[in-house]
Amino acid sequence: MAKSLLLISRQAPWSGPGAREALDIVLAGGAFDLPIGLLFLDDGVFQLTSGQNAKAVQQKDLSANLQALPMFGVEDLFLCAASAAERGIATDALALGEVKVLTAPDIAALIDRYDQVITL
Amino acid sequence: MAAVLLIGSVMKFAIALFSAAHAPSSRRALLFAQAALASGHEIVRLFFYQDGVYNAASSVVTPQDEQDLPQQWRAFVSDNRLDGVVCIAAALRRGVLNDEEAQRYQRSAVSVEAPWALSGLGQLHDAIQDADRLICFGGA
Repeated sequence: MAKSLLLISRQAPWSGPGAREALDIVLAGGAFDLPIGLLFLDDGVFQLTSGQNAKAVQQKDLSANLQALPMFGVEDLFLCAASAAERGIATDALALGEVKVLTAPDIAALIDRYDQVITL
Repeated sequence: MAAVLLIGSVMKFAIALFSAAHAPSSRRALLFAQAALASGHEIVRLFFYQDGVYNAASSVVTPQDEQDLPQQWRAFVSDNRLDGVVCIAAALRRGVLNDEEAQRYQRSAVSVEAPWALSGLGQLHDAIQDADRLICFGGA
């Protein structure tokens, strides 16, 4: 059986290529049909805010890549409730529909469930 | 008996490096890799991603009284005949090119040579599947 991988994405979408490169690992894993999960933690939750204007900061929009996750078979998407609350992000209006909102104990259990973890 | 115990406990490691050559985490990654081999373990692949690609750059010039980490990585990978892979997309974005890519994009600077190979993220996933443990250095 294939080993599962949890990617913990902690970078804001406009802080450099970090968020995009983290997402690329997930999409590549999905393309290979590997069991892969994606957790948005800390500033990573900014990736899911709706109504972003990438052009205003001369960047390419990351949300199109995020929308591709289901197409790549990646459906285990998670968001840290505390990270969102700390940043004033409402979890009922996220840019991505199927995200499970998790508490700290949920996250501990989540990390425990995966064979391997990458934090970026 | 000791040999049997050693064989029984050999681990296959995949090592991912995300930080630039001057970062302390990159030095720790090399020390870990050296210790893993010295203890009889196996390294299935080294995968350099994000700013980690700079560790494979032959264009890095380190002051004489400082550790030349790219050179140390090069020697370590060559001497132990390891599989050292640099993510091609991350490398291109940062101007870390091998001869083939420099020609493809008509750039004059070549900074990645053997023993490094430029390849895709599939090589990271492949290593993760093959290894008992994935050890990451320099992530966020």
